[in-house]
Amino acid sequence: MVEINNLCKSFKKQTILDDINLSVGDNDKIILLGQNGAGKTTLIRCILGEYFPDKGNITVYGTMPYVKREDALCHISFVPQIPPPLNMTVNELLSYSSGLSGFDKEKVIEYCNMLDFDIKPHLVKTFYKFSGGMKQKLLISIAFARNTDFYIFDEPTANLDTAGREKFYMLLKKIIGSKSFIMISHRIDEVKNIVNRNIELDLGRIVRDEKV
Amino acid sequence: MRNMMLIAKQDITGSLRSRWFIGYSLVFIFLVVLIFVSGVTESRVMGFTGLTRMLLVFIQACNIIMPVFVLVTTVRSITGDRESNVLEYMLSFPVSLFSYYFGKLIGRFIIIFLPLLLALILSLIIGVLKTHQVPVDLFVLYIGLLAFNSFAFLGIGFFISSVIKSMEFALGISLFVWLFLIAFIDAALIGLMIKQLLPETVVYMAALLNPVQVFRIGAISLFDPVLSVIGPASFFILDTVGRAGYTIYALIYPLILGFLFAFAGYFVFKKNDIL
Repeated sequence: MVEINNLCKSFKKQTILDDINLSVGDNDKIILLGQNGAGKTTLIRCILGEYFPDKGNITVYGTMPYVKREDALCHISFVPQIPPPLNMTVNELLSYSSGLSGFDKEKVIEYCNMLDFDIKPHLVKTFYKFSGGMKQKLLISIAFARNTDFYIFDEPTANLDTAGREKFYMLLKKIIGSKSFIMISHRIDEVKNIVNRNIELDLGRIVRDEKV
Repeated sequence: MRNMMLIAKQDITGSLRSRWFIGYSLVFIFLVVLIFVSGVTESRVMGFTGLTRMLLVFIQACNIIMPVFVLVTTVRSITGDRESNVLEYMLSFPVSLFSYYFGKLIGRFIIIFLPLLLALILSLIIGVLKTHQVPVDLFVLYIGLLAFNSFAFLGIGFFISSVIKSMEFALGISLFVWLFLIAFIDAALIGLMIKQLLPETVVYMAALLNPVQVFRIGAISLFDPVLSVIGPASFFILDTVGRAGYTIYALIYPLILGFLFAFAGYFVFKKNDIL
């Protein structure tokens, strides 16, 4: 599914990822741990094809995401840590995202409802005017509606309250089935019943990779 | 192509809601109204009056205002998207960088040209009601000059945004580019010629390479019979290539310049980290 071989990435003279080797297969539910600055977000951005590797390579379903973005990214749904300040209405965001990845917009409304967020009255509102939690719920719903085989969650519950987090994990369990994900999170207790693999990064290197 | 149009549409709808677009549109519409109300159209200084006078004043104002608006808003938008992680999210969907970049370019071109076109149409309506003249050739030429010149600056703006990732630095460079080009219109060129710091051919070449100067000569040359309001570089160029030849150059050069910078920007965008 995702193969990373000898991946190195530096910014100026600072090494962020140092010889990363990682293989993500079917049904791998990974929590990616590490201190701030360990390289977690950089690794995610490399998988999304937003950073070029300095050395090594990444393939997603056999395609390098930084070479053939469309072929690789049609397999990946992504939820960012901080919802970006998108200057578009919910309708426009749904048109943009479904136009590029071809999902049913009604699914987003359904998943939002399952996260206790009734989005229907807000379809013409501008995205950046929503609260952090509402934005996050919408982005999570879009990711689930895309129905891809592989998900990347970068601290998806950072903006959610306790009830919102519980709903998210319930929805995740229901939807994910045998699909795979990588989730960056510092709340290991919350995800211990969902994940089956722990990976820890420290100073750009994988220092722990264990099945649980 | 479908994805590119989707990106263009998203950029247009987002821009239509933004404050900068409202301000940008109001500036040009206000300019037309101001020219009309101030009575400039009645002036007979330098031999032209009425609608042609109005269009000339408008186009000269555009010559100075439009480039800085286009450069600053383009650079702010793209590098701002990068800094605020909008780009990270938008490019996490399966879209090629070509579709994204050129979709943005198309959307942004429509957005920057639309207010200029509306202002020109408004000036035409006011002029026709007031003077009953319809200088169609001039009107068409000005639409072409404005469209292609705004495209040239759009290309430069996209190039700067691709090369420089920090918004503040990119804004600084945009303002420098604008000031540099504004400085090297006839006023500075005359100084260089008088001081004989550079050979004349270099000065004429500088005039022909500067899109602000090319636009200026193209806009004025059609209806200033004695070329009294343009400087020596412009006079020499017009005398050498003729008005028809120069008009073609004034239309084609900014278009080529815009494409060159836009494609150069795309290759930088494609070959480097996106964020």
